[in-house]
Amino acid sequence: MTSHATSPAASSAPLVTVEDLHTFYGKSHILHGVSLTVGPGEVVGLLGRNGVGKSTTLKTIMGLVTPSQGKVVFEGKPVTGLPAHTIARMGIAYVPEDRRIFKLLTVMENLRTGLDRAGVTEARKQELLAKLFEYFPRLAERRNQAGGTLSGGEQQMLAIGRAMMLEPKIILLDEPTEGLMPRMVGQIRQIVDVLHREGVAILLVEQNVPLTLEASQRIYFMEKGAVRHHAKSSELTVNDPVIHQYLGV
Amino acid sequence: MMKQRYNTSFWIAFAIVIALLILAPLVLPEFWRRFLTEILIWGLLAMSSDILIGYTGMVSFGHSAFFGLGMYGAAAALLMVKPPNLWLAILYGLAGSAIIALFVAYFSTRLRDIYFAITTLIFSQIFYVIIFTWTEVTGGENGLSFRRPEFGIPGVWTAPFTSATLHWFVLAVVAASYLIVRRITQSPFGMVLQSIRENEARTRAIGYPVERYKMVAVMLSGLFAGLAGVLYAIQNRFAAPDFVYFLISGEAVIFNVMGGIGTLVGPFFGAAFFLAMREFLSRMFPYLASVLGIPQLAEFPYLVPLGIIFILMVIFLPQGLLGFAKRWLNR
Amino acid sequence: MLAGIPWEIIAIQTVNGIVTGMILALVASGLTLIFGIMDVVNFAHGELFMLGAYIGVIVLGTSGSFWIALVVSTLVVALLGAAMQISTLRPLLGRDPLTTILATFGLSLVLQNYALWQFGPVARKIQEPITGHFQLFYLDYPWYRLVIAGLSAAIIAALYLFLKYGRYGVWIRATTQDRVMAQAMGIPVPWVHTMVFAIGAGMAAASGVLFGPLVGVNHAMGLDWVLKAFIVVVVGGMGNLGGSILAAIFISLLEAYASIWVSPAQAIIVSSVVLVLTLLFRPTGLFVPTPK
Repeated sequence: MTSHATSPAASSAPLVTVEDLHTFYGKSHILHGVSLTVGPGEVVGLLGRNGVGKSTTLKTIMGLVTPSQGKVVFEGKPVTGLPAHTIARMGIAYVPEDRRIFKLLTVMENLRTGLDRAGVTEARKQELLAKLFEYFPRLAERRNQAGGTLSGGEQQMLAIGRAMMLEPKIILLDEPTEGLMPRMVGQIRQIVDVLHREGVAILLVEQNVPLTLEASQRIYFMEKGAVRHHAKSSELTVNDPVIHQYLGV
Repeated sequence: MMKQRYNTSFWIAFAIVIALLILAPLVLPEFWRRFLTEILIWGLLAMSSDILIGYTGMVSFGHSAFFGLGMYGAAAALLMVKPPNLWLAILYGLAGSAIIALFVAYFSTRLRDIYFAITTLIFSQIFYVIIFTWTEVTGGENGLSFRRPEFGIPGVWTAPFTSATLHWFVLAVVAASYLIVRRITQSPFGMVLQSIRENEARTRAIGYPVERYKMVAVMLSGLFAGLAGVLYAIQNRFAAPDFVYFLISGEAVIFNVMGGIGTLVGPFFGAAFFLAMREFLSRMFPYLASVLGIPQLAEFPYLVPLGIIFILMVIFLPQGLLGFAKRWLNR
Repeated sequence: MLAGIPWEIIAIQTVNGIVTGMILALVASGLTLIFGIMDVVNFAHGELFMLGAYIGVIVLGTSGSFWIALVVSTLVVALLGAAMQISTLRPLLGRDPLTTILATFGLSLVLQNYALWQFGPVARKIQEPITGHFQLFYLDYPWYRLVIAGLSAAIIAALYLFLKYGRYGVWIRATTQDRVMAQAMGIPVPWVHTMVFAIGAGMAAASGVLFGPLVGVNHAMGLDWVLKAFIVVVVGGMGNLGGSILAAIFISLLEAYASIWVSPAQAIIVSSVVLVLTLLFRPTGLFVPTPK
């Protein structure tokens, strides 16, 4: 959806750099020094068991949680500690684990929360909507329905679509296929590919290993609040011992 | 359970303060003696509010009702029974505030936070309206005035209060109240209250009947607030509806917050600070007015700068003046 | 006659109740909006009402037009509200809700006493813009009262439309539902809060100006209204706009009927009884469907 579609792998300057993040929830030390990078247009996976800090990492990048230590750098600019709405406008979008669409707003109104930004002409808004509805015809059908009346899969599409309306340079996707039927999982897989083709980077947190291996170029593995391992997905197979080690499957 | 160390430094400080307060009426002019007594009485009211806010985590704006009914209860005793009997006044006053406290406790303890605060506010206004309009019984707008009772045991020995002995009496009652409340907050009961303040859901989950604890807390708070009302009535010899108006509750909360919630002593300092600032500002403005030649300035209300100070304290000094000493005071 | 009361009196009190109810609804809507979106109990709301009335007096004095006074007062107090929110409430974001109650209580003391000093204790008068009466049974009923009811309804309707269709209306509704996600979508939530507070303040000011001609404008006029408004907000369901409006009219009607027998000061007991019953049996609000 962005106007620059670049080839991912060879870019030298990372889009997002996370350095030695430490985050606390109250007294609980959740992140113990997370570091990772995402290049422009890259799809990067983040795998690990439940509770290991993957969602917290995304929230910290998004500015929803302030780290006690460490930096987040976006396009060369430090964004640690900035409020989430500023970070969203800079080009980072977030699709949380439980979707969290605005249940009492209609589908259109949900999309408008992303569309209504400074510097976007009405024409561009219509363009973005048209494109979105091509990919998600079901959303078009239900555009005037309240978000809460949509099925789980439709809500996931809406959550992703809403993020796409921000025309972000990177989308933080937190477990998009959780609780979805296999057919929907396939659809999510396609969306990730589409976004990748459009040059949008994705940081993908997932439990679904095969999907993550297919969709990402690189994968980070987290354990106990820190990134422990990093590999190119082309070098990994589903039954790799590394997978077993960090996901305990 | 950790064995509580005997907090020697606290008792030394306490003894020093009491000693100073005992000496005070002997060295201070009358005006300041009364001022000090008033601080003690308002401090007692604010402390009663601290039981709820600082220890149980319930913000109440209903203390004006308890205070007012303590005052009117004492008035009733002093007007209806001749000769005016000190102990009867205390009894009636405490009874009055206890009944109201029971009423408020029953209805309000089922409510959380904001609903509780608003409900206590509205209840106290109901009582205000009743007292204000029920002129035959309460004297309506003009209130009731009566003679000050004598100290002693009627029939055995009594002596009228002098300025100094009244101060000492108030000091004794207030000091005793403080020690009693302090003991209660440090007891297992007090610990449960604090646990309710920190995490009500968890306390309930452990199995404590939270509503009952809250009701007892409200009753305790109401009793001591009523006691303050009785003392005020004895000191000033009148009861007026102004004291049942919710602003009195607001002031109690302000003293509490300024002094430091959860310290029990903080409210006294808060009252002292507030009342001292009031005196200071009330004299400063007329002085400034004459010096600067701006006559309107003389009437400038002390509550404007004092209110601003309060707001600034809420934002920047939420633990209050004594908040830093909270742990030491509670040991 | 109904229960010994002539129909005319009942009818007149019904009209009175609706008129007062609409003003109360206007005041309470601002309060419930602020609470629903920011979780702030605005103790200073009555003072915003009072300041609105005083500014109305001043502007009316200089411009001679009631309508200009209404508009200017609303805008000025809205700005004042925004300033209040930015200076005292934003620093308290995320803290114990007790602190906002205290801060707004402090603000109400400051504003009230300032007004007392600035304007003096004698009540001022706002001349109603539309004099003239019509025959309501045996009474010469002022047209102006109906105008108040109509205007209040119009303002509330405008608020509703703004929330439903306005661009910032979507922002406000999104922020109410999920503050965190609203931020993640780029909505500047702190400014949404300021905007909502300003709107609430403006509505309170408008009520003050509209109500001004009916009673004297004095520094303590906010106190009664804020208490009634709180009752309305709780009975209507906190944060529930429609509920507040219904509750406002309901309570005002009850009080109007009650004042046939008791003095208006005692009529507050009626509302308090309603409050108590609501809290006991339907704590989420009388007009809110009980959650399943």
